[in-house]
Amino acid sequence: MIRSFDELVQRPVTWLSGEGEHAEVVLSSRIRLARNLSRHRYPARAEVDEARAVVDLVKTAVEKSPLVQGGAFFESTELGEIERDLLVERHLISPEFMRDETPRGLYVDDDEAASLMINEEDHLRIQAVRSGLDIKQALDRARGLETQLAEGLSFDFDSRLGFLTACPTNVGTGLRVSVLIHLPGLVLIKEMDTVLSQVNKIGLAVRGFYGEGSDVLGNLFQVSNQTTLGRSEEDLVDSLEKVTRQLLAYESNARRRLFTDAPDHIRDKIWRAFGILANARVLSSQEVMNLLSAVRLGVAMGESMGLDLGQINQLMLSTQPAHLQHHFGKTMTPEERDVARAELVRKQLTKRRPIRRAGPRKSDHSEPDSE
Amino acid sequence: MKCENCGEREASVHFTQIRNNRKNEMHLCKECAKSKGFHNPLDDVPFPLAEFLTSMVKHGTAPSDPIARLVCSECGMRFIDFSRIGRFGCGQCYTAFRAPLEDLFRKIHGATRHCGRTIHRPPQSGPGLIEEEVRLKDELKKAIEREDFELAADLRDRLKSLTIDTSAPSTGETA
Repeated sequence: MIRSFDELVQRPVTWLSGEGEHAEVVLSSRIRLARNLSRHRYPARAEVDEARAVVDLVKTAVEKSPLVQGGAFFESTELGEIERDLLVERHLISPEFMRDETPRGLYVDDDEAASLMINEEDHLRIQAVRSGLDIKQALDRARGLETQLAEGLSFDFDSRLGFLTACPTNVGTGLRVSVLIHLPGLVLIKEMDTVLSQVNKIGLAVRGFYGEGSDVLGNLFQVSNQTTLGRSEEDLVDSLEKVTRQLLAYESNARRRLFTDAPDHIRDKIWRAFGILANARVLSSQEVMNLLSAVRLGVAMGESMGLDLGQINQLMLSTQPAHLQHHFGKTMTPEERDVARAELVRKQLTKRRPIRRAGPRKSDHSEPDSE
Repeated sequence: MKCENCGEREASVHFTQIRNNRKNEMHLCKECAKSKGFHNPLDDVPFPLAEFLTSMVKHGTAPSDPIARLVCSECGMRFIDFSRIGRFGCGQCYTAFRAPLEDLFRKIHGATRHCGRTIHRPPQSGPGLIEEEVRLKDELKKAIEREDFELAADLRDRLKSLTIDTSAPSTGETA
């Protein structure tokens, strides 16, 4: 049960756990369903009172639902700037969430794997995320939440056009399916441009870690569908999964090639990245992502670096500006953050015990008797 | 700025790539960007939508154009506004702008008909249960304030039947 904002932010993100199928390449699978309540103007056009009423209605629906318990509900009015940035970094809200005075709400399920954004572009954005390649589970989870909400709320639905959305690009299924995929191998062998154009050609979008308009950092790409009308949910999900498996095969192939053709060079690159991360005193957010990308490749290829995929994934999040400031409990200038970031990463990487049975300690309850 | 690839057309797509810690910037025209597969990640408004809407705005400059004068009776959104911001004001806008939208959907989605999941409840069936409940509670409060106890009793009964209906699917809830 999430009791406070702090509790939410301090917990590791389940969808970055590094578990699940093909987690060495696919960080996470995500489903988003856009829904609107009938007889209410869309958020951008609604008066404050009407928008407020929508937040209250959805809140009531969530509270009544037996499926969604133990989570937490936040309202935009009670969130400060740092809190908002933390939620954006965790992919729970979009940067647009706080852009004006429109009352908005966020519901986060107990395990943070399902959430609900109220009054962003649409009245409802239902989201479900899973670690690794696990699109179908994510879809099930999102649908479960949707079905529960539909018990008490009436969605805008047209028999010809399907679910109606604020933007014409989401109408129909209102479904956005995406995977966050790590492709350092393809970038290194300079095949990424070819792959990108192929993916674009079949109507899928490729974006950076933080969605629309964001730069590609750390060789992390977000691949998602662009069309939502005229195809069923299953069809959309299937074709994205197929493309992801294809990308996975390309990437594995590229990694194999790198490790057979130039094993010393690639290992040198990986261990140098590790060396910098373990020793640097100043790290920019851009540099840390690119170095972590190299280390992630190393861990995925079996280099014993005393870290697992989950820890690297979490570092990619905890070194983001808002998480960093939350961790150190103070606001910092970008320069101060670079120093703090280096400190955090250094601690994490040297915490490992380079003795045989190393491995990261998972539990925090120590058992003095075992050994 | 001219396109780096063809050197002819004006560059309108600016792509930043970070590779091996080096920032690489590319400035391309739409055509070259498209041929390199770079057009999608960049456009804030999805590509066909922006193009379509631009042509729509040009369309709308003729005040006699009946399409430009379409207005949604529910939220007051004019088609000309929609074509500028690319967002609907409410669900009714879909009906109000129906004629020009067919073309738009074809361009964006390559389709004009939904064939995914449907919901059983027809949209005409009235508000959702929770909405109804909130409305009744509000009326009840007002009735009590007005000391209209007859109406209040009636509203309370209706609320009660509504609550039983809602909690029926969930098991063992005692309220």
